[in-house]
Amino acid sequence: MIAVIAGRELRSLFLSPLAWSILAVVQVILAYLYLSQIDFFLQLQPRLAGMTEAPGITAMIVAPLFGNAAVVLLLVVPLLTMRLVSEERRNQTLSLLFSAPLSMTEIILGKFTGLMIFLLLQLLLISLMPLALLAGGTLDFGVLATAVLGLFLLLGSFAALGLFMSSLTAQPVVAAVGGFGLLLLLWIIDWAGSGRDSTTASLFGYLSLVRHYEPLLRGVCSSMDIIYFLLFMTTFLVLAIQRLDAGRLPS
Amino acid sequence: MNLDPAVDRLEDILTNHSSLIQVERLYRYYGALCAVNDVSFTVCRGEVLGLLGPNGAGKSTTLQMISGNLAPSAGRVSIAGYDMQTQPRAAKAQLGYLPEQPPLYPEFTVDEYLSYSARLHRIARRQLAAAVSRVKQRCGLSSVGRRLIASLSKGFQQRVGIAQAIIHTPEVVILDEPTVGLDPIQIREIRALIGELASEHSVILSTHILPEVQAICNRVLIIHEGKLLLDDSIAGLRRRMQASSLVLVFRRPPEVGVLESLAGVMAVDQLDEGHVRLHYEPQHNPTDNIMRCALAGDWGLSELRPERLSLEQVFIEITGGQAPGGTEAVA
Repeated sequence: MIAVIAGRELRSLFLSPLAWSILAVVQVILAYLYLSQIDFFLQLQPRLAGMTEAPGITAMIVAPLFGNAAVVLLLVVPLLTMRLVSEERRNQTLSLLFSAPLSMTEIILGKFTGLMIFLLLQLLLISLMPLALLAGGTLDFGVLATAVLGLFLLLGSFAALGLFMSSLTAQPVVAAVGGFGLLLLLWIIDWAGSGRDSTTASLFGYLSLVRHYEPLLRGVCSSMDIIYFLLFMTTFLVLAIQRLDAGRLPS
Repeated sequence: MNLDPAVDRLEDILTNHSSLIQVERLYRYYGALCAVNDVSFTVCRGEVLGLLGPNGAGKSTTLQMISGNLAPSAGRVSIAGYDMQTQPRAAKAQLGYLPEQPPLYPEFTVDEYLSYSARLHRIARRQLAAAVSRVKQRCGLSSVGRRLIASLSKGFQQRVGIAQAIIHTPEVVILDEPTVGLDPIQIREIRALIGELASEHSVILSTHILPEVQAICNRVLIIHEGKLLLDDSIAGLRRRMQASSLVLVFRRPPEVGVLESLAGVMAVDQLDEGHVRLHYEPQHNPTDNIMRCALAGDWGLSELRPERLSLEQVFIEITGGQAPGGTEAVA
């Protein structure tokens, strides 16, 4: 059943120009950033050659690329998640799902899975860029793998939060703005704690998405970070399921 | 029409045994507003039940609760013996629902959309094509299978909505205002389709149009301000709608006094040139007498029709007030 709903979401996405234009725009922007990063690397290369323990091509190009990709997708994912529930609420098509023998969990997980398949496609396209470097050099595949895993987990978190925001309202634009705002806040929340006493700093630092993403870009794969992302996704998916169920109940 | 009490009792017993939908003491509040207030009824196998009421009476809310789209504030709904609250999955498997606004995805073709609804209702992949083509044939959609739903007319979209509700051959089909916004020809087609459904499914439909209920239902519930006012057969409704008045049209009208003096006549209203409304005692229908006198007095009687109460008047009557047309009618 989850697959049926996921298939419908994916199909609707690709039937509208939104999915195609997002894939294209993200790819163009990231390709530009990637090429300028290569340019930068080529300028530095003579100096790097003289250094001992100089950063390699993976650290110089892959990490910044995935860092940029995270910021660009932070802007883009709310645009994809905004319509998931709110559009169905507005067009009153939710009753098709509600009158079918489905649980709320299946509905939410189906929508989440559909979007994740799309985001995996986007991730694949992004990963192809560093893989092109293999034509002229070697990559640290361990670091590349953790970076891909990190971006995957991050996109899952974006999608879960966006899906929850979409379940709150019948206005897709409100869902997009809310989702974007909350994501950005969670992205920069560690700024508040910096320079203050250590407990605040560590609390806000722990909440921040970016603090858990950066180690993965450096090739440090800590179970703490992975659990953080999994908890993040679970929390917002459960909230979305609750919210969808609450829509039926008397106020 | 069963006048024999024994037959009625027998029917009652049968009802309880084969009732597909049981609605018990249903309430629903929107904040302080009570949209549905203590509604109970049952629907039997093969019955077409019309839920009749003005806009905002609570029809849609009731249907949404029966279909599991809304949870009741209090009360119980069970479909084919499965409770909607505790076993929603089993209950919903027996149910097809068409909301007021058909839940269509405009970017899909009819075939794609129906396959999706069939899969949602757990029809196996192998039987999918057969189920879709069967339902298309039943709803007259065979020629538009490959068209986008967005490009279909309102009448065809409504058919797609009905097709979606019956694709898994549920025991119960719930249609919320299925003919609203359609032109008269489309209305007739949809009514014929609903009539056909009744052979295999139990149908509940809501409407605010009285002739619609008379045309396709065999039982009627009247709901007003959230309360169930009437639960009766169509024949019973028709009896209630008979007013004790006649409208007469004469080419050479007699004196009002002459009409008033006829046996059983209580009042005579002069309407137009030659048009007269005549109120009579319910026990003494003066039709025969009028015909005889009209012939004898050469009044040129050209029209004689018993008046029916409008739905609005039936409401007023049922709620305890008096119908505007029949001030002398026994309450």
